[in-house]
Amino acid sequence: MADSCCSATRNPFTHTETPAVSVAIEDLSKSFGPLEVLRNVSFKVEPGEIFVLMGPSGSGKSVLLKHIVGLERPTGGRVTVDGRAAAAEETREQIRMALVFQAGALFNSMTVYDNLALYPREHRIADEAGIREKVMRALQILSLENAAEKYPSELSGGMKKRVAIARALVMEPQLMLYDEPTSELDPVMSATISEIIATLKDQYHVTTIVVSHDRDLALNIADRVGILMGGKLVFLGTRDELRGSADPRVVDFLNPKIDLANPRFKQLET
Amino acid sequence: MRTLTRVLEGIGSTLQLLVRSLSHVPTLPRQWGRFIEQCYLIGYTTLPIVAILSFFIGSVLALQSGYSMENFGAKQFIGSLVGLSIARELGPVMCAILLAGRVGSAIAAELASMKVYQEIDALETMNIPPARILVLPRLAAVLVMMPVLAIIANLVGWFGGAIVAKYTDFIAIDPPAYFAALRRFMEFKDVLNGLIKAEVFGFAVVLVSCNIGLNTRGGPREIGASVTRAVVTSLILILVLDYFVTKALL
Repeated sequence: MADSCCSATRNPFTHTETPAVSVAIEDLSKSFGPLEVLRNVSFKVEPGEIFVLMGPSGSGKSVLLKHIVGLERPTGGRVTVDGRAAAAEETREQIRMALVFQAGALFNSMTVYDNLALYPREHRIADEAGIREKVMRALQILSLENAAEKYPSELSGGMKKRVAIARALVMEPQLMLYDEPTSELDPVMSATISEIIATLKDQYHVTTIVVSHDRDLALNIADRVGILMGGKLVFLGTRDELRGSADPRVVDFLNPKIDLANPRFKQLET
Repeated sequence: MRTLTRVLEGIGSTLQLLVRSLSHVPTLPRQWGRFIEQCYLIGYTTLPIVAILSFFIGSVLALQSGYSMENFGAKQFIGSLVGLSIARELGPVMCAILLAGRVGSAIAAELASMKVYQEIDALETMNIPPARILVLPRLAAVLVMMPVLAIIANLVGWFGGAIVAKYTDFIAIDPPAYFAALRRFMEFKDVLNGLIKAEVFGFAVVLVSCNIGLNTRGGPREIGASVTRAVVTSLILILVLDYFVTKALL
C-alpha cells in the first residue's frame, strides 16, 4: 500500500511537490454493442501507489485504462480521479495524467526530441531553452540522450517504450498509466522497464497504474494487484496475497502448466 | 436506412469538427510553422499537376469549340468561350478534383494512420486537441492556397487555348484577337465567382478528409478504406456544392 512518503508527487524537473492523486473505479461496466467488456468492476488506487492490473488478453484491461484517461465513456458506473469524473475535460486540465501506450504511440513524423517537446510547447509551459532542458533531462533519466535526433522508425522496441515513458515524464504527471509496457520485449528489457516504473514511482511518488500480463513485473514492483477475467475483477490484493492465492483461476493464470496430453486449445474446441 | 443514418452521422461529425476547429482560431498565429507547411503541401505540391491539366483543358476546349464554331462563322468568340468556361466552371472544379485526389487522400491517409496507431489518442491524453493542431492549420492553408491555384489554373488554361487557337489550321486566331474576345465578354465578377467556388470546394474537401481520417476505426486495412471514402465523398460533394454555389452566384 502507499505509505506516508507518497502523499505528494515530486516534480522531476522543478523538485516541487503536488498532492498525489487517487483513482476510484466504481461499478464500472462497458459494452460495445452486444459485447460486454467490463462488468461491475470496482477498486481504488491510493495516492502514490503502484497498482498492477493483470488478466488474460481480451479481459478488458486496456479498455479500463482508457476510461481512466477519459478516452472511453462508461456504459455504467463511474471512474473518478482525485474525486473528479475522469471523462470530464476539466479533469484533464486540472490533473496531469500520462498514458504510455502499448505500441508507444510516438508521433512518427517527429524526432524523439520533438515528440517530447510537443506537450510543453503546446501548453506553453516554458520557453524553448526551458523546454530543451526539460526534454534532455527526461531523456537523461531514461538513458536516451543519444536518441534525441532519431525518428521513431529508427528505434528498437525497447527504446520506443523508453521514449514513450520519457514523453510521459515531460508532462510532469501526477498519474502515470502504462498499457502493457513490457509486451514484445526480451526478458532483460522487460526487467529494465519494470525497474524504470518502480524508480519513477520511488523518486517522484507518481500514482502508477500498470496494465500487464507480465507476472514478474507484478510480483516485483506492484504495491497491489488486480486480476480481471472476462470483464470481472476476480482478485484484488497485495503481491504477497497474490503469491499465496489458492484461487484456481489465479493459480492457473500465474503458473499455467503446458499440458501436451490435454492441450487447452482442444478443450476450447469442445 | 442505414446508409441515410451514416450520411447524417457524417454530416454531424463534420460540422462538429468544424466548430471545434474554429474554436481554436485564436491559436493560429502561434501555429505559423504548421500553416506554412500545409500551404506548401496544399499549394506548391499541387501546382504542377494543376498547371498541366489546365493547359490541356484550355487547349481541348479551344480545339473543340473551334471545330464546332467554325461551322457558324463564330470562331472569333473562341477566346470568350474558353475564358468564361475556365474561369466560371472548369478552373475551380478541376482544382478541387485534383485537391481531393492529391491532398484529400494524403490528409485522410495521414490522420487515419495516426488514429489507428493511437497517435490521436496520445494527443488527447496530452490535452492537445487534434482539431487545433491537425485540422485548423490545414483549413487555414486551403483558404489561402485555393484561390492561388484557381488563378493559376485560369491563366494557364487561357494560355493553352490561345496556343491552340493560333497553331491549329482551321482556327488560326492570333493571341491578341483571342485575348480581346476573352476580355470583351468576361467581367471581374466571373473570375471572382470562380474563386469563391474554388474556396468553398477546397474548404469542403479538406474538412471532409480530416473528419474521415480522424474517425477511422480498426486496423491498417481501414486506412485504405478511409482514403477511398475521403476521395469519393469529396468528389460527390464538389459536384453537389457546384450546383448550389453556382445557383447562388448567378
